[in-house]
Amino acid sequence: MSNASLTTGAEAHEAQFGDYFELLKPRVMRLVVFTALVGIATAPVSVHPVIAFAGLVCIAVGAGAAGALNMWWDQDIDAVMRRTTGRPIPSGRVAGDEALAIGVTLSVFAVVMLALFANFLSAAILAFTIFFYAVIYSMWLKRATPQNIVIGGAAGSFPPMIGWAVATGGISVESVMMFLVIFLWTPPHFWALALFRNDDYVEAGLPMLPVTSGERVTRNQILAYTMLVVPVSIALGVSGVGGPLYLAGAVVLGLVFLHGAWRLWRREEAAAAADSYRAEKQFFAFSIVYLTLIFGLLLAEAILAAFGLAPAGWPKLI
Amino acid sequence: MRPVTHELHVRRRSRNLGLGISLGAFVLLVFMVTIVKLDAGHAIRGVQLQEPAAAVAED
Repeated sequence: MSNASLTTGAEAHEAQFGDYFELLKPRVMRLVVFTALVGIATAPVSVHPVIAFAGLVCIAVGAGAAGALNMWWDQDIDAVMRRTTGRPIPSGRVAGDEALAIGVTLSVFAVVMLALFANFLSAAILAFTIFFYAVIYSMWLKRATPQNIVIGGAAGSFPPMIGWAVATGGISVESVMMFLVIFLWTPPHFWALALFRNDDYVEAGLPMLPVTSGERVTRNQILAYTMLVVPVSIALGVSGVGGPLYLAGAVVLGLVFLHGAWRLWRREEAAAAADSYRAEKQFFAFSIVYLTLIFGLLLAEAILAAFGLAPAGWPKLI
Repeated sequence: MRPVTHELHVRRRSRNLGLGISLGAFVLLVFMVTIVKLDAGHAIRGVQLQEPAAAVAED
């Protein structure tokens, strides 16, 4: 290859390391790492910090790889939606084929290394998570059904189960409940976003619930899923990973979250449009705070227990 | 005489640096996990050394 060919064409906008890193959806990765960390920390088996760290790196890379595969597959709709036009592929910084290669390579790498670092069960769940997000959600459900984010939400719900499996090598009722909290939280979170970003989804032709069934149905469903996630979160308080601090926090946070969902349910489309979906944006923002604090409180309980500060005789009803 | 640095190296500096640091961090991580696992008494899998007694018997 001549020197001239190296400096022409696509290389005019050479992709930088940060562009490739952006393919891994670092913001999503943060939540994945945090919930996986809580899964490891709350497990009844202590795990060496180096193994825990190595496991978290693998989970983060695996989640990032799934994000890269999602960006490769969705490059056509990402180019249409305002929220996603700045992503590395639609903005022309990274080629689609490169994203595919990075996604596949890092997926295999993360799963194999997690199997070697921790155990086969955690690696198997990570592999299933990547497959579920990239194939079941991105390639199939997202463009096919308004229930896309309900079923697809499972992919984002697995990290605490993977973390728990890294520590224990197994699955238990506590890890399944942590999965359920994220799984039931996902629909209200994304549908609130879909309410005030409806135009984006219409333009991209995605069958999000507000697009296919209207705002009224979406508001009903937001309330219904919020009414499900709150009791599950509270029930975790009397499980093996709960405690008084968590229980009190989960009740207060649950009431605030329910109040927000109730407010959305009472609003009509005209009122929401009149104030530019203020309540919907607030509910969306609080949903992030809610999940972060729920898992933060679980982590706090694990830290208290590690220092022998957890109250003896706390009921473990689940 | 070949130039010490090519324009290509300048353009790909951030990419190469990031990749180098990532690979270095990965090597360090594997090293640390290996030390921890050996310290915990894990066997080194995949390497089957012949038992000395069996080796003698074959002779």
